[in-house]
Amino acid sequence: MSNFMAQWVYSPAVKDHFMNPRNTWDEKENFVPDGVGDVGSLACGDQMRVMIQVENDRIKAIRWLTYGCASAIASTSMLSEMAIGLTLEDAYHLAPEAITEALGGLPEHKFHCSVLGDKGLRAAIDDYLEKNGLPNPYRHTIAKIVCECHNITDVQIENLVKTKQATTLEELQEITKYGSTCGKCKADIAGLFDELKHIYNV
Amino acid sequence: MKFVYLDNNATTPIHEDVIDSMNEALAFYGNASSMHAFGRDAAFKIEEARLAVADLIGAPSGSIVFTSGASEANNTVFNIFREQIDLGSKRNRIVTTAIEHPSIIEMVAYLRGRGYKIDLCPVDNTGRVRLDALKELLAEDVALVSVMFGNNEIGTIQPIKEIVEMAHSVGAYVHSDATQAIGKVEVSMRELGLDYLSLSAHKFYGPKGIGVLAVAKGVPYAPYIHGGHQEAGRRAGTYNTVAIIGMGAAAKIAKRDQKDEERRLWKMREMLRKGIVEKIPNVVINGNQEHCLPGTLDVSFPHAEGESILLYLDLEGIQVSTGSACASGSLEPSYVLLSSGVDIELAHGSIRFSFGRYNTEDDVAYVLEKLPPIIKRLREMSAL
Ligand SMILES: Cc1ncc(COP(=O)(O)O)c(C=O)c1O
Ligand code: FES
Repeated sequence: MSNFMAQWVYSPAVKDHFMNPRNTWDEKENFVPDGVGDVGSLACGDQMRVMIQVENDRIKAIRWLTYGCASAIASTSMLSEMAIGLTLEDAYHLAPEAITEALGGLPEHKFHCSVLGDKGLRAAIDDYLEKNGLPNPYRHTIAKIVCECHNITDVQIENLVKTKQATTLEELQEITKYGSTCGKCKADIAGLFDELKHIYNV
Repeated sequence: MKFVYLDNNATTPIHEDVIDSMNEALAFYGNASSMHAFGRDAAFKIEEARLAVADLIGAPSGSIVFTSGASEANNTVFNIFREQIDLGSKRNRIVTTAIEHPSIIEMVAYLRGRGYKIDLCPVDNTGRVRLDALKELLAEDVALVSVMFGNNEIGTIQPIKEIVEMAHSVGAYVHSDATQAIGKVEVSMRELGLDYLSLSAHKFYGPKGIGVLAVAKGVPYAPYIHGGHQEAGRRAGTYNTVAIIGMGAAAKIAKRDQKDEERRLWKMREMLRKGIVEKIPNVVINGNQEHCLPGTLDVSFPHAEGESILLYLDLEGIQVSTGSACASGSLEPSYVLLSSGVDIELAHGSIRFSFGRYNTEDDVAYVLEKLPPIIKRLREMSAL
């Protein structure tokens, strides 16, 4: 009928992780997490839960669940393998680019599917630190200035979104005054805001 | 590995008799517009095909305008009325629906962006046009009403006859994109009173890149592609002889087999529907179960995402499609389901099974064996 000359839609590594996802959560296991991160939203078609166990400041074990497309499944599976054994600090800084690279690349329009896993992992680490009354030194270190004129970081914006203090761009503008000087950051911040709203389901 | 092709609404395999006719047609290299013998031979074959297509849709052969497919036919119709409006017609409103094929949806967006007035008539939760709402929208300023015959995604068939009557009563013309209905259910322009109809050969076992806009006598027309005098000046461009002959052959088969196909497709579709409902908990069958294209079954599987289902099925050799698209930077739910008022989560996890003449009941059994564990697995993996 066909000799199927074409490759599968995604890379061999994506296919492998999609077919055999690693470290997925299984009810029968009785996995007791030290930290849990929930990100994403149903309305957007993807939702993610990452659960971690921590030992000596390192990720000892990880389990995850996702409602998502093949890229989301494969990225989270790859992330879960990469995160095991990392210090919390390194795990916190696992970049989606590194996951995509390990997967042998994802089509451009699929990149966003791979960012949810690392946000989930960060949320799980935040949760672990918070539950244990530990300081969270990482959240700060990944901050990047997104509006130079007003010295606003992505972390600040993320917190405003997460805590629902800024639910619209107008509110964000009111609070931070971003974009009101040179204005060059406006488009990027609007994009970041949309992405964050998606991730935190607001 | 076993392969089960259940994506016949996307496109169909070419029928072996159509392939034969096209192989022969390759020899008719004359330009059908030339007056010499070779040209006349090609023209003769093209006229034969025209008759076959006209016969299939219950229209006079003079109504047939060959196009590159249904997308061009749909675009042409909207362009005719755009021109009428540009020329100052008092009828300056178009009415269509939100569940049309993208070749209409995108045309609507394009025209609206340029200030044209286009209303979308709402559909009910099975995808049927709400005639009460249509009635409200119809008035003396409506130029065109365009409603598809059967929906490509959920299969819902529209009450075209009633729509034609209502639109004609206010003096509006009616177009129907019948691309998905041809060869599956009876379609007669004459009986329905349609003014324009679009179709595409690759949906009924003919070649890709060829279709028809059928235009009733005496209704407005304007060419979309300007150039030579082919098609009596209605569509320029050297005839695609091979494809047209192939479409003619496909039309004859479609006409001959339509009744049998309708029965066979519906039987397989119903077997699959019943099997899914029986074997998989918590599924939602989309569309209208009474007015439905016989080979189309659209199902939502809550807590399982569409693309993942599609790709797991693909790894088992089963080819289907999903109404949701994980593209363009965000996961997009099916616009057809959303427009029908279906819940957003259900619109993210819909799978379309579309049967064709080469499917068998064995295929249904194979799907019923492979699908349940896939859904179970995805649901276990779901964060919901
Ligand atoms: C309802 C409908 N209209 C139009 C088209 C477009 O047809 P074509 O591929 O010939 O442009 C399709 C198929 O994709 C369809 O299903
Ligand atoms: S960088 Fe934000 S206003 Fe200039």
